Amino acid sequence: MNDFTPNSLRAWPDARGRFGEFGGRYVAETLMPLILELEQAYRTAKADPAFQAELDFYLKDYVGRPSPLWHAKRLGAHLGGAKIYFKREELNHTGAHKINNCIGQILLAKRMGKTRIIAETGAGQHGVATATVCALFNLPCTIYMGAVDVERQKPNVFRMKLLGAEVVPVSSGAATLKDAMNDALRDWVANVHDTFYLIGTAAGPHPYPELVRDFQCVIGNEARAQLMQAEGRLPDVAIAAVGGGSNAIGLFHPFLDEASVKLIGVEAAGKGMHTHEHAASLNKGRPGVLHGNRTYLLQDDDGQILEAHSISAGLDYPGIGPEHSWLHDIKRVEYVGITDDEALEAFQLCSRLEGIIPALECAHAIAHIMKIAPQMGKDEIILLNLSGRGDKDIFSVAKHLGTEI
Amino acid sequence: MSRIAGVFAALRQEGRGALIPFVEAYDPDRETSLALLRGMAENGADIIEIGMPFTDPMADGPIIQAAGRRGLLAGATLKGVLGLAHEFRRENRHTPLVLMGYLNPILSYGVKRFCEDAAHAGLDGLIIVDLPSEEADLVLPDAQAHGLDVIRLVAPTTCDARLKQVLEGSSGFVYYVSITGITGTRTASAADLARDIPRIRAATDLPIAVGFGVRTPAQAATVVAHADAAIVASVLIETLCRENAEAVIRDVRALAEGIKAARKAA
Repeated sequence: MNDFTPNSLRAWPDARGRFGEFGGRYVAETLMPLILELEQAYRTAKADPAFQAELDFYLKDYVGRPSPLWHAKRLGAHLGGAKIYFKREELNHTGAHKINNCIGQILLAKRMGKTRIIAETGAGQHGVATATVCALFNLPCTIYMGAVDVERQKPNVFRMKLLGAEVVPVSSGAATLKDAMNDALRDWVANVHDTFYLIGTAAGPHPYPELVRDFQCVIGNEARAQLMQAEGRLPDVAIAAVGGGSNAIGLFHPFLDEASVKLIGVEAAGKGMHTHEHAASLNKGRPGVLHGNRTYLLQDDDGQILEAHSISAGLDYPGIGPEHSWLHDIKRVEYVGITDDEALEAFQLCSRLEGIIPALECAHAIAHIMKIAPQMGKDEIILLNLSGRGDKDIFSVAKHLGTEI
Repeated sequence: MSRIAGVFAALRQEGRGALIPFVEAYDPDRETSLALLRGMAENGADIIEIGMPFTDPMADGPIIQAAGRRGLLAGATLKGVLGLAHEFRRENRHTPLVLMGYLNPILSYGVKRFCEDAAHAGLDGLIIVDLPSEEADLVLPDAQAHGLDVIRLVAPTTCDARLKQVLEGSSGFVYYVSITGITGTRTASAADLARDIPRIRAATDLPIAVGFGVRTPAQAATVVAHADAAIVASVLIETLCRENAEAVIRDVRALAEGIKAARKAA
């Protein structure tokens, strides 16, 4: 039972790092003191105006914030119905929302006196963003990446190496994001004294889900202000793709207490939620503990973790950030599934109509917009977090469309 | 007195340390695991640690990871592991069995039912790697209600101020993770142990077992010169892969002799 009863949905996590029954700190004792130290350092930084000023400086002049809010009129006209706005996180430096969090965490690492950075990556976007900030701050960096992902995301692997990072292919398990995270945790446990683990999504042991969310809230805060300026009101629907869930929580969190704003998270349904090949942890999983937090997981009857599947490497994870598990249970956010094929169709439609090639992750959210926008009124507004650009995906999309490039 | 406390009390009388070898359940099959449990108990193991396979063993090195994968391929389930322990217990009433694993399979089984069934199977203690003291209330009440010792991990990073909290509610023995790292990699030196063990002794009356990186009879002897027990895992799995179960028993016998010959540090 949790007797933490705040007035705002934005006040979580509680003192134990929990969102309702989710979250927490399920790590080996070796890491526990480090996680407590990180929490302390984060509290101190959060209260320090100098930290916020430094963060703002890098977000503005290095990342290129604020990112624009784009009224996607052609997509809206094509679908008929609601007005559609894109929060254009794909225009950030390195092409995705991941950099927001990386800047925040590396400033924290620097304050803590850490001299080496490690990270996990799935699609490679977080790996690239991490390698980027490590180049900027002159810190050595090791990125763990599943061997399967190394193969399907070659351009990003090359980018990371150009930026000076060491990329370690992980071949244990299914050799994807989950296994990369295991190996990053193993590295951390062996290098506790100098190493900072720069987690890429709003998951992992407390305080990561909270601090990653806080660093990503810039998305929702900006979008809210921009939409107020453009339309004089809040959106009717805010929508984002969820893998680990950092781009979605960054968009949703500033709207959690606004009952009029319907929030929709889009999970990867892979080859269909009736199959075993999907990454829909909320719709098809059940609560358990992995990678330091209690959350919904894809698992078998014996509590062994199942492999996820998605055409999008960034959604290919059998868990989800704990705050999403809680928002799912209290029904504040609706979580739906979109298949590989539906995402591929949306990927092409958005490219042709808006001249924006979206990341396959966001194509999942666009595919759901294709379903709901026509059912909505002309005065209603959908706000999408266009969290990344699709250049990294053109090779795998081409392959699925049967084209050689 | 619990079976684990009984073993340590008897060894204290004898003036020697304990050997705790490790068996990854179902690696490579159930029969081998059962033969190893029996063979170890008859050849110098004072307590046996049984590894419960998990898909994502984040504190383990490549050797135990691979052993767990083989165990899962051979059909290991938590129910099956409890059955294995139970079969061993029918013939051996004196050798304590400690289950080591990760939280999720236990949650999936149901904590209360798991503690009931584990006690019924004749298990004596639990080591749950990803359950730090901050989250231990999830398991502690049910484990205690069924007489299972909850064995805590203490690491080199556990500072003195934290030790007291980490050890609260723990029983059986303290598992000292002697290095910062994963299983089967580096080895703590005698100097490391001479520095670290008294620090833990000052915080608890429980016996202290040292694991992670203990490989040879000489290393085991060094460990029990400072602590109360040596836990040996990865090297035995390597022997099992390279040779066979008989070779593992041979190594256990050699480790036990190393421990018997050890002298207590002044």
